[in-house]
Amino acid sequence: MTSRPQPREPRFCWLVGTAKGAFVLRTRGQRSQVDVEGPIELGAGISDFVQDYRDRARLVMTVGGGHLGPTVRCSGDGGRTWRESKLPPQFGLPPKGQRRRGAQGKAVRRNFWLTPGHASEPGVWYLGTVPMGLFRSEDHGDTWRGVDGFNLHSKYRRWFSFEEPPDGPFLHSILVDPRDPKRLQLSASVGGTFESHDAGLSWRPLNAGVESDFGPERFAEFGQDPHCVIQHPADPDLFFQQNHCGIYRLDRSKGEDWARIGRGMPEAIGDIGFGIAGHPGDRDTVWVFPMDGTRIWPRTSPGGKPALYRTRDGGQRWERLDAGLPVENAWFTVLRQALCTDFELRDPALAFGTTGGEVWVGLEGGERFECAAAHLPKILSVRPALL
Amino acid sequence: MSSSPVSLVVQVGSILHGYTGGSAQVPARGCTLDGLLRDLDRQHPGLRFRLVDELGRLRPHINVFLDGERVRDLDRPLVASSRVAILGALSGG
Repeated sequence: MTSRPQPREPRFCWLVGTAKGAFVLRTRGQRSQVDVEGPIELGAGISDFVQDYRDRARLVMTVGGGHLGPTVRCSGDGGRTWRESKLPPQFGLPPKGQRRRGAQGKAVRRNFWLTPGHASEPGVWYLGTVPMGLFRSEDHGDTWRGVDGFNLHSKYRRWFSFEEPPDGPFLHSILVDPRDPKRLQLSASVGGTFESHDAGLSWRPLNAGVESDFGPERFAEFGQDPHCVIQHPADPDLFFQQNHCGIYRLDRSKGEDWARIGRGMPEAIGDIGFGIAGHPGDRDTVWVFPMDGTRIWPRTSPGGKPALYRTRDGGQRWERLDAGLPVENAWFTVLRQALCTDFELRDPALAFGTTGGEVWVGLEGGERFECAAAHLPKILSVRPALL
Repeated sequence: MSSSPVSLVVQVGSILHGYTGGSAQVPARGCTLDGLLRDLDRQHPGLRFRLVDELGRLRPHINVFLDGERVRDLDRPLVASSRVAILGALSGG
């Protein structure tokens, strides 16, 4: 007689998307002690790999890179089996009135960013693409439709007429207000941050106070380069962004002006970076991973000495966190989806993944770091999960 | 252009074996290369969009060979003796 397999106790995991496949880092007690599971989709570029917080058995990942076109894969059983989306994100032809002679239309080159929808809308997901496109699924990622209010906006060509970043124009940081499913925010590199109060039917720029040192105007209505924007997990009125031109904070309960809080960072370090993460239980605490944004923008750890910086007072003061990290000759980059925290309301652990294929975990809020995994492919994303 | 579809055996590269169940030779019917890809997609759902974008363009790192010639025009007609291969280009790192 065989006994039925017992459902295993959920364990905390770091979901890791890389340039050559996805991995699950399943923790054993401490957040830095992990079993590496995978690869999943070996050889494919996984820009994002996210668990559905409303139904933890469901996972979605973007799949691309290599020879084949971009698609999406979904799991409904915690990652044991995967299926491809029946209708991956794809642009339609513009409506007749908006077609211009010779216009080629747009084609999705990369599925880049995933965000589960509001708690009241199970099955809803949002996805951001390269070039800039917002897509929505209402069936757990199986089929995707363009959000026409954004993709076909009359000002789309004005908002996104700026130069492209080297890897293409990204739509990222899709935020769903936990208090209202109709309040959405997204950001575009390059283009700026935009918000909707009607579930994506209409959009407007939200960039007051954000600098741009690469365009004709220092403070413009749009055209900025937000690298990553978060709605703070401990206070949905607070937004923080790591921009190409500094670190910013916006308190929506007080207005619409972003304040540059990165001015308090050490001058030798600067306030340039890609990712930003908020403390799950403390509205004033945020972490960033600074990068070298001087001269020709190497985008590596400043001086080859990596560190996270933490503010615990909303951005007035910053402290360096580097205990356990390499003290020299570590010239890696941490990309925008590759910095996150776990779910702990007190003393959360942090994780970041490097372009050199290492996952570092910062215990007790980053007081000490340990390398949880190494020799993985170039890391594109790190997300928390309970599996 | 051929007016009636022809049945062929298409050679597919390893990048598509996830769709063809591991087969390197798969049967398909069509009047043109585009028709052939649509028939392959009917048999192996999802395959066509990995090869052709929503504007109908062959993706940049995909090579289609018709009778030994690398072609990008999917409207090229097929005849009963056509030899078709769909392969990944030499690219990337």
